[in-house]
Amino acid sequence: MRAFLGGFAAFTFAAGMAHADSATGLGGHAVAADNGALVYQHVCQGCHQVGGRGAKGAGAGFPALANNPHLEVSGYPVSMVLNGHGGMPWFNGMLTPAQIAAVVNYVRTHFGNDYKDPVTAADVSAAAGPPPTMER
Amino acid sequence: MEPTRRQLLTRIGVAAGSVAMYQAMTTLGHAAGTDFTGPPALAGARPGTTVLVLGAGLSGMLAAYELRRAGYSVRVLEFQNRSGGRNISLRGGDSLTELGGYTQKCEFSPGNYINPGPWRIPYHHRAILHYCKAFGVALEPFIEVNHNAYLHDPRSFGGKPQRYREYLGDFTGYTAELLAKAINQNKLDQPVTADEKAELLKAMRMWGLLDGNYSYKKGLEASLRRGYDKPPTAGINGAPTPSDLLARDEIMKSGLYQYLLFNMSDDVQTTMFQPVGGMDMIGKGFARQVGDLITHNIKVTNIHQDTSGVTVTYADQNHGGAVTQAKADYCVCTIPLPVLSQLDVQVSNEMKEAIDAVPYASSIKIGLEFKRRFWEEDEAIYGGITFTNLPISVMSYPSTGYFSKGPAVMLGGYMFGPAAYDFAGMTPQERVQEALKQGAQIHKQYPAEFSNGVGVAWSRMPWTLGCCSMWSEQARRAHYKTLVTMDGRIVLAGEHASYVGCWQEGALLSSLAAITQLHQRAVGAG
Repeated sequence: MRAFLGGFAAFTFAAGMAHADSATGLGGHAVAADNGALVYQHVCQGCHQVGGRGAKGAGAGFPALANNPHLEVSGYPVSMVLNGHGGMPWFNGMLTPAQIAAVVNYVRTHFGNDYKDPVTAADVSAAAGPPPTMER
Repeated sequence: MEPTRRQLLTRIGVAAGSVAMYQAMTTLGHAAGTDFTGPPALAGARPGTTVLVLGAGLSGMLAAYELRRAGYSVRVLEFQNRSGGRNISLRGGDSLTELGGYTQKCEFSPGNYINPGPWRIPYHHRAILHYCKAFGVALEPFIEVNHNAYLHDPRSFGGKPQRYREYLGDFTGYTAELLAKAINQNKLDQPVTADEKAELLKAMRMWGLLDGNYSYKKGLEASLRRGYDKPPTAGINGAPTPSDLLARDEIMKSGLYQYLLFNMSDDVQTTMFQPVGGMDMIGKGFARQVGDLITHNIKVTNIHQDTSGVTVTYADQNHGGAVTQAKADYCVCTIPLPVLSQLDVQVSNEMKEAIDAVPYASSIKIGLEFKRRFWEEDEAIYGGITFTNLPISVMSYPSTGYFSKGPAVMLGGYMFGPAAYDFAGMTPQERVQEALKQGAQIHKQYPAEFSNGVGVAWSRMPWTLGCCSMWSEQARRAHYKTLVTMDGRIVLAGEHASYVGCWQEGALLSSLAAITQLHQRAVGAG
């Protein structure tokens, strides 16, 4: 919908988000985050919860990332963070490839997960198509 | 002689009554709004045709209301123990449990409330205004623009909040001055006639309050808009003195003009409305009409269909979660997409892809109760919005109860995007504390006057898992038509199934479009 972007550079969310009944469309900046733990805390934790334990609501919810075998193949979480699916928003264009790599590596080595093959920003860039364009 | 536009309208009005008058006005370009012209005429429903409506938000309740009026036999299933969906207000004594287990207890004083979801209604959202009137929901003005509220950027003007009117006056004045210079020096990249040039210069002078030399300067002229240092009063020393201007480079560099421009957009132009007593008066108004059709505490798990009808399987939380089935000829499904995408729904693959293609935005609203209306008493701010590019983004003062004594509730933050993700990851108490910390940069009275607060994170509401639909242009092109087209015996409705996303109007228009399709299908089918 028609709405407006707020200025927000500090978090390097590059693309705007806009909403009709929002006062300024996009709210403020989050803290500058360049490591996986911080990206998780400031972006992911609101849904996937502290410790990646997930949550269940109206017959639906947020999947737990803790002890999650789907994380074994790194391409899966990379694709999920880039493109989203269902209730999960896309972060392609909102987080940098380095931030996405950092948070994927963080989740794959914490919360009971122990996958030792890190992804790089270059891996993320290679997997990323053009970011979706938010409607105004 | 050609009739004037006014004469023509008057003639149509006299000859054909007000409906024709209204249609003519719309055609001629006045009175443009959403395409709602009145309740749908659903004639000829077959008696005994049954419809299950999933969700008792505004779209679900409107579907139930209009379908019953048309002669259908309707039942509504709702997950929550209340009706209204995202149309909700929080008052003292209310509690709100979110995913992750936090429960907030609202401790506002009697009469105070916050609208965590929708909070304002544009004058051109005809459907919601129509049903408010029809259902006896009283409306009052919502103050969007307040020239005495603030614009704030912690990195500009030494972090000092600037009055909206001062920034507006100076932004306009400096811009007009620069344009007048370019016009005077014939530096526009398009030639203008001498007449047009004279008119442009006149316009710049009036628009920017420029002096005879087309300069924007400190003086009584500029103070007409930005306000005075000492305003005009009476007595021997009654003469006004002008106020100082802000520095031009800082005006531009701050980027605060974005908020002036936001307030120019059609969606928030004057007049905006809010229900008297809280936004949930609308949901309650709808529930008065269809409350007898609604069963609460129903957790839908499967929605199946075949050639003979729709079967919805649910856990009945009124009876210990007993797995139960309900059958009907048709289904209007208003379940928010992040939830629906995780249920077992028997629709076409194309529809499944559409349901999976639209995530919901994360959004936060912070309601803060203070012991007194310091914004009114100390700062002469009556309603309206202060904009800041701190993460809290928006602060808003109540549009009602002016000059009253005792505690009052402010909106202490309203954000989407990165700040919303960030605040959603905090505990409710941390959200309130962080909003207090940030807001104190604008209102020094915060720490001394704070009483209590709530911080609502929409992504953690179990029944919606987000604030509202977040359409990309790509998803709209690929999936919108599928999403809003009846799939067998199931049709979707809600703000997500409209081009008026994130507004209640979208929920209502989508509902009317959905039940119109359902009706056509039902009367057409043998």
